[in-house]
Amino acid sequence: MQIDWRDYDSGEFYDELISSPGHPRKVSRQLAKYLASLTGDDIAERKLSAELAIKTMGISFTVYSEAGNIDRAWPFDIIPRVIAQREWLHTEKGLIQRLQALNCFINDIYNDQKIVRDKVLPAELLADSVNFRPECVGMKPAFGVWAHICGSDLIRDKDGRFYVLEDNLRVPSGVSYMLENRKVTKRIFPELFENHNILPVTEYPNQLFDTLAAISPRPLEFPEVVVLTPGIYNSAYFEHSYLAQQMGVELVEGSDLVVEDDHVFMRTIGGLAPVDVIYRRIDDLFLDPQMFNPDSVLGVPGLMRAWLKGNVAIANAPGAGVADDKVIYTFVPQMIKYYLGEDPILPNVPSYLCIDKKQRDHVLANLDKLVVKPANESGGYGMLIGPQASKKEREEFAARIKAAPRNYMAQPLISLSTTPIIGTKNAEPRHIDLRPFVLQGRTSSVTAGGLTRVAMRKGSYVVNSSQGGGSQDTWVVVEEGK
Amino acid sequence: MLSRVAERIYWMSRYMERCENAARLINVNTKLLLDLPRGVSVGWGTLVDISGGGDFFQKDTDNADERAVMRFMLADTNNPCSLISAITYARENARITREVMPSEIYELINDLYWYLKENLARGTARRERHILLEAVISRVQQFTGMLAGCMSQNDAYSFIRLGRNLERADMTSRIVDVGASRILPRAYEDNSSNEPYANILWMSVLRSLSGYQMYRQHVLDRVNAEDVVMYLFQDPLFPRAVEHCLGELADCVARLPNNDEVLRVLASVRRQLKTADFTVLIDDGLHDYIDNVQAEIASIHQVVAATWFLPEVQVAS
Repeated sequence: MQIDWRDYDSGEFYDELISSPGHPRKVSRQLAKYLASLTGDDIAERKLSAELAIKTMGISFTVYSEAGNIDRAWPFDIIPRVIAQREWLHTEKGLIQRLQALNCFINDIYNDQKIVRDKVLPAELLADSVNFRPECVGMKPAFGVWAHICGSDLIRDKDGRFYVLEDNLRVPSGVSYMLENRKVTKRIFPELFENHNILPVTEYPNQLFDTLAAISPRPLEFPEVVVLTPGIYNSAYFEHSYLAQQMGVELVEGSDLVVEDDHVFMRTIGGLAPVDVIYRRIDDLFLDPQMFNPDSVLGVPGLMRAWLKGNVAIANAPGAGVADDKVIYTFVPQMIKYYLGEDPILPNVPSYLCIDKKQRDHVLANLDKLVVKPANESGGYGMLIGPQASKKEREEFAARIKAAPRNYMAQPLISLSTTPIIGTKNAEPRHIDLRPFVLQGRTSSVTAGGLTRVAMRKGSYVVNSSQGGGSQDTWVVVEEGK
Repeated sequence: MLSRVAERIYWMSRYMERCENAARLINVNTKLLLDLPRGVSVGWGTLVDISGGGDFFQKDTDNADERAVMRFMLADTNNPCSLISAITYARENARITREVMPSEIYELINDLYWYLKENLARGTARRERHILLEAVISRVQQFTGMLAGCMSQNDAYSFIRLGRNLERADMTSRIVDVGASRILPRAYEDNSSNEPYANILWMSVLRSLSGYQMYRQHVLDRVNAEDVVMYLFQDPLFPRAVEHCLGELADCVARLPNNDEVLRVLASVRRQLKTADFTVLIDDGLHDYIDNVQAEIASIHQVVAATWFLPEVQVAS
């Protein structure tokens, strides 16, 4: 195949690369011209070398299936997705503002609960939150920050604006794929990097280490930071290992750690060694069998006690997930005004809360037009895409919503923007989203771009890698002459 | 470093070395075939016994043919000593330890894994087999070389060397065992009229360890059983000789914490090796002696595991 932009049409959807068939956006013009200049053989060869690089570099993720766990090579499309730097600077500010407000909220919830007393947030929402951890009440982590690492999902609607779809504050994953995507693209399109001014993404592991080191209870230049993984069978194990490697820190499993006198140690060949900061990639409820799930073999008995006494820092802090709730999400714009006194820079996707009778009635009457999401699922599980669902599925969902309205919210079906991927005869449009990663500790930072996830099936909106999504390298490009 | 990671990286290194040594072991027989007169065959089943995989071989080793043995030693995933098992385990362990090694190391291992998966089936034919085995040996050498050239000589590196030398000592003893175990029909070893062939076996053993030149420079005398066995067990300088491997082990162990017990066991094994009288053993009891050496090597592994790998570690005071 050879790419002909005149025959590439994204229809009614906003396309990231072109503004209309045959007319690439200004920031993508050079890239589009280059891609169109490649012969079919060139493209096939680049595609093959990308696949080889991914296989050799061992970039993989695990899919849980009935046939056992399969370690799959990372699905990658070679065309980069482009964002103009000017637009990105604005988005970056919005993301930092958002995470600051979310951290103010979490800290408030576990301490004074002013936002509830001031009636900005209904008290019953908190009472029914499954991610609220009473064990954490009264805790004051360093800088008042609970969520040090946040992966927010951004989507673009037909109007071309970025909207925040959700904030992942528990154990967001994907950043290693962002970094590896760039490496692969550099291997296969080195010539493009000479002629484009593309912001580098490689700083992330250093920024992550600095963020983690800053929250160490012991004021050391190089505190002992560890990455805590559930182990090799976790779908994101590749990432845990990758980040530990890039930061030069130990990758530990629960059984490597032990708590003595409320201090955390790791078992080393020379005996026990103290641990200062734990970047955990395990859900709250598995962290400590003494405090949470007693059957957990992934966690460390006594870890919570050590944390509550301030002898070890945990990122993200236990309990931070209280703000990672699709119902709480709808209040983020209010939080920004309440805590920071500012207007939100990035809008939420319009949402309906099922707990509110009026809004619930609207949702139930319009199930065929809306997307209904459970408050606390991730990975795209357990949601209803109304327009694509059968009548029976919608009826089942209506019953679930009536039974537990607190657990559901609904949004109109957003027409996710598209970007070209390599198709069989020409480039073909596919729906995408974007997950930038935001860090907050002593200071804040945002990745340049993020992870672009692509719904590889034609027409599909499901971008999750666990459900057949793929990805592209994401370029934030500095436009010349401005 | 973490005890768990130390254990994994040690095994990763052992399995990579096992890949190379399994290739060398198979090469002894394959090379021998090329030098033998027509009509003389070698006993393939012996290879299975010597590799330590005998319990997993479903057929009678005395009557096993080349094809069955090759399939078992190269591509049988139920045989823990096969090439495919070794590279699979090496890769699994490397996946868990990749953050402590230069990142190219995992790529090398992963590459070899895919190469073997795609090409092993062809290894039952002799010509293809030669190419395959040489590729395995050179890729593992590349792995070892990259570690030597690019990895800090830290604790993780010590465990890599520990695993490699323990495995290598074990396999050298097994390869010598091929020579000792009458792989040739008896007539060709005892009958002086077949003199030209009498020492072919030992030359193949040396060649399979890439040690023929080194041996000639060192021993000067023509190749003969006694000198070859002494050289491969007791020479302190040849990298694949058992004594040299044990010396490397002592050097690694000395760099690690809490090493008293391991050093003690190691010293005792080396003392016994130094005082072994091969002029007597060569005629009687060499095979049993070699079994005994392998048991000693296993005892070194046990004390290494008890010292550094077991999860129960004393609180540092």
